[in-house]
Amino acid sequence: MIRFVLTRLGLLVPTFLGITLLAFVLIRLVPGDPIETLAGERGLDPALHEKLRQEYGFDKPWLTQYAIYIGRVLHGDLGRSLITHEPVLSEFRSLFPATVELALCAIAFALPIGLGAGMLAAVRRNSIFDQGVMGVSLAGYSMPIFWWGLLLILLFSVELDLTPVSGRISVMYFIEPVTGFLLIDTLLSDQEGAFLSAVGHLILPSIVLGTVPLAVVARMTRSAMLEVLGEDYIRTARAKGLPSWRVIGLHALRNALIPVVTVIGLQISVLFTGAILTETIFSWPGVGKWLIESINRRDYPVLQGGTLLIGTTVMTVNLVVDLLYGLINPRIRYAK
Amino acid sequence: MPSPSAASSQPPHPLREFWQYFSVNRGAVAGLTVLAVVLVAALLADVISPHSPYATDSTVALTPPFWQHGGSLAFPLGTDAIGRDILSRLIHGARLSLTIGVSVVALSTVVGVVLGLAAGFARGAVDIAVMRAMDVLLTMPSLLLAIVIVAVLGPGLMNAMLAVAVVVLPHYVRVTRAAVLGELAKDYVTASRVSGAGTLRLMFKDVLPNCTAPLIVQASLGVSTAILDAAALGFLGLGAQPPSPEWGTMLADAREFVLRAWWVVTFPGLMILITVLACNLLGDGLRDALDPKLKV
Amino acid sequence: MALLTIRNLSVRFETAAGTLRAVDDVSLDLEEGEVLGVVGESGSGKTVAMLALMGLVPFPGRVSAERLSFAGRDLMTIGDRDRRRMIGKDIAMIFQDPTTSLNPCFTVGFQLIEALRVHEGMGRNAAHRRAIALLEQVGIPEPESRLKAFPHQLSGGMSQRVMIAMAIAGRPRLLIADEPTTALDVTIQAQILELLRSLQRERGMALVMITHNMGVVAEMAERVVVMYAGQIMEERAAADLFAGPQHPYTAALLAALPERSADDDRLATIPGVIPGVYDRPPGCLFAPRCGDATPRCRAQPELRAWQGGRVRCHYPLGDPQRDAARAADEPAFAAVTP
Repeated sequence: MIRFVLTRLGLLVPTFLGITLLAFVLIRLVPGDPIETLAGERGLDPALHEKLRQEYGFDKPWLTQYAIYIGRVLHGDLGRSLITHEPVLSEFRSLFPATVELALCAIAFALPIGLGAGMLAAVRRNSIFDQGVMGVSLAGYSMPIFWWGLLLILLFSVELDLTPVSGRISVMYFIEPVTGFLLIDTLLSDQEGAFLSAVGHLILPSIVLGTVPLAVVARMTRSAMLEVLGEDYIRTARAKGLPSWRVIGLHALRNALIPVVTVIGLQISVLFTGAILTETIFSWPGVGKWLIESINRRDYPVLQGGTLLIGTTVMTVNLVVDLLYGLINPRIRYAK
Repeated sequence: MPSPSAASSQPPHPLREFWQYFSVNRGAVAGLTVLAVVLVAALLADVISPHSPYATDSTVALTPPFWQHGGSLAFPLGTDAIGRDILSRLIHGARLSLTIGVSVVALSTVVGVVLGLAAGFARGAVDIAVMRAMDVLLTMPSLLLAIVIVAVLGPGLMNAMLAVAVVVLPHYVRVTRAAVLGELAKDYVTASRVSGAGTLRLMFKDVLPNCTAPLIVQASLGVSTAILDAAALGFLGLGAQPPSPEWGTMLADAREFVLRAWWVVTFPGLMILITVLACNLLGDGLRDALDPKLKV
Repeated sequence: MALLTIRNLSVRFETAAGTLRAVDDVSLDLEEGEVLGVVGESGSGKTVAMLALMGLVPFPGRVSAERLSFAGRDLMTIGDRDRRRMIGKDIAMIFQDPTTSLNPCFTVGFQLIEALRVHEGMGRNAAHRRAIALLEQVGIPEPESRLKAFPHQLSGGMSQRVMIAMAIAGRPRLLIADEPTTALDVTIQAQILELLRSLQRERGMALVMITHNMGVVAEMAERVVVMYAGQIMEERAAADLFAGPQHPYTAALLAALPERSADDDRLATIPGVIPGVYDRPPGCLFAPRCGDATPRCRAQPELRAWQGGRVRCHYPLGDPQRDAARAADEPAFAAVTP
């Protein structure tokens, strides 16, 4: 287990360097003068241009520049937004909880349903239910989720008037940001109806964001279960006269979860991709929407910083999932 | 002493056997049919479209589909905000989407196979460098990476295609490398080396043909990913630019019409869904038929 | 009354290529405490027949039998709950590869104690002590610490001992051992066989040894059933079988033993392969590979009583009229068939 952990931690360094390199190179690849790109305007005063040149270190060899950049990053200095002039890191911090809350709700929607449907489909192989699960999940990950979101808004918000169209909470509430998670903060604020409003605003976006993970988890659980159910040790369990629920729910599921955890880890990256689209459609004030706006407004420091931060976050979460995988797989946890 | 003649049939020819496995899968056949229809529509777009996809006419803006009140068969699926026929735009959009899918897959397959072969055969530093780079590409959320590339290169269809090709590249590298490593462990490769085969010859003549099955499956699934990602970029305004009839781009302004013109929102997305679904069904069918061991 | 009665057991698998008859009309009896050897090549149906008994035939196999009864209970009509009470308790089975037959996610102790608690309803402490006792009985040193081990931490021989411990936990009246030593080192094989033999003697258990190894049969079995392509070809007391096999297939199996070719340059082999879905002969299944076949063998021979056992052949080896019958049948059938 130790060796496994160390290997995974060791992989962090080159991956992190790769991400920082990507962000570093980004500015310099944009057509035009990189200093003007960073300053956000054309035709700078030559004195100002020179000052910025030295400040950003463009007069030094690029390896040194890269080193300076990493140094600044590790100190938390990722530049300032050209539009709001706020530090990129603090903007990220204030917007990140919204995205996390959305992602967690999406997972809370996708995981139990996906696991349950996948398991049941495997046990009732080739039945109508099984084919239904396979069909629906196929549609799920073939779906352009930006369209799916619009469709659901059309149906539930416009036609049926059941859910709100955008935002995190009704504009009539002002909630003190304690944790950044509205579900918690509304309960803390004690305002009538605030919590329900927050929940109502979360329903549609969570479903939209959770659709693809749901489909993938259901499929993966089904195929993992089918494979496990064909293994020798399941035959042994049945030969021991164990009841069916125990063979499937304990002996099989425990083994099937191992590849499913890997798949869930891969979905973290997909969740961020989906978040970018979901936040755009639902005007959800998270980091996805923030990034898209930065492109449209040519706010390069935000784009650069945001890319770095999101990449690092995904990398960290992947690491955690990897370690979790090591814990639940006895062959790794108790390696010979 | 003669033995009694054996009864029954011969095992079938491999191609016939492939078709047997494939055609049993109704979904796969359906997928193939749908894709064929889309392909034909794309090829004959200029002939079968009732109108030009770019012709605007503000007098017929936001006409509903023909089965609704106010609609007409002149514009079977309705018109958009500046009077362009949606059906014609959808048909021409098919041409775009298929081109995107095939080009992206072709590009990333070629580059991916080369990198995968290099990594698998060279091992050592080359292998590590390639795989670390692929890891970074895989860690980044796909759309984020594509957005970054498009932000650098500028919005447009060609740049979007390039961005998507880079995003899916790691999958081809991994598949090729895994297949190469698997084949290298087999005896026929050792035998080939012993009889003096050079590395390049080994790569292309002996090992690569055996990797084609997983690559074919990956490629057919890759077309669907390419179409989805390109559409997403179009939707965000970073892909094909208006007035291009790309299905994702058609949805970019659709949000404001959710309330008054549902057809502007529904049909482009539906086309994406149908085409991608058909691709995935085909890909699944290919996988099941080419390697029954992988069958779920 | 026999402990186990099987009449006309068949197991069929519907595949895309056709129907595979893995087990074809198998009938046999087994007495209390008897040791039966079931011999055959891979694909002979010996394992599937026993799996059918346990109700463990994998999807998409279909089991049919005229009679299938154990200790007086009809296994064809038994309810699921009653079947589960019997399986693992009165009838137990151990399998070929012990390293894949144990669940990799749970400790040995968990899997052993589970069997005890489900069948005997034991409390945790009692089950724990009984588990240690069982591990000692199967010859595992330091049983206390072994209970906490995971399957991947055990050797092949050790794993098989654990499997045996799990199997005998319920004090079964019948133990089916499917190639228990095939996946193990030669040195361990003898130990496991010795363990099985001593357990069988101590507990008066009936034992079915499934194997393709005639040497194992010689050591362990009192009576032997020889299977080929899903059918029984011969059944006889072990000593008689080795002294004078009646079926050409049995004779060929014995001749193929390396020991019997000790004086020759080449090992004797049986040419050809077991029929699959595509090439199943209409008559005697062994005929394509049998050196003594005649046109008469295009008709399926019945499994009939013969010299104290049973044999499925038109020309059993111990028949004094054998050569005459074969010579007579050659031209007679040749005249009739085109």
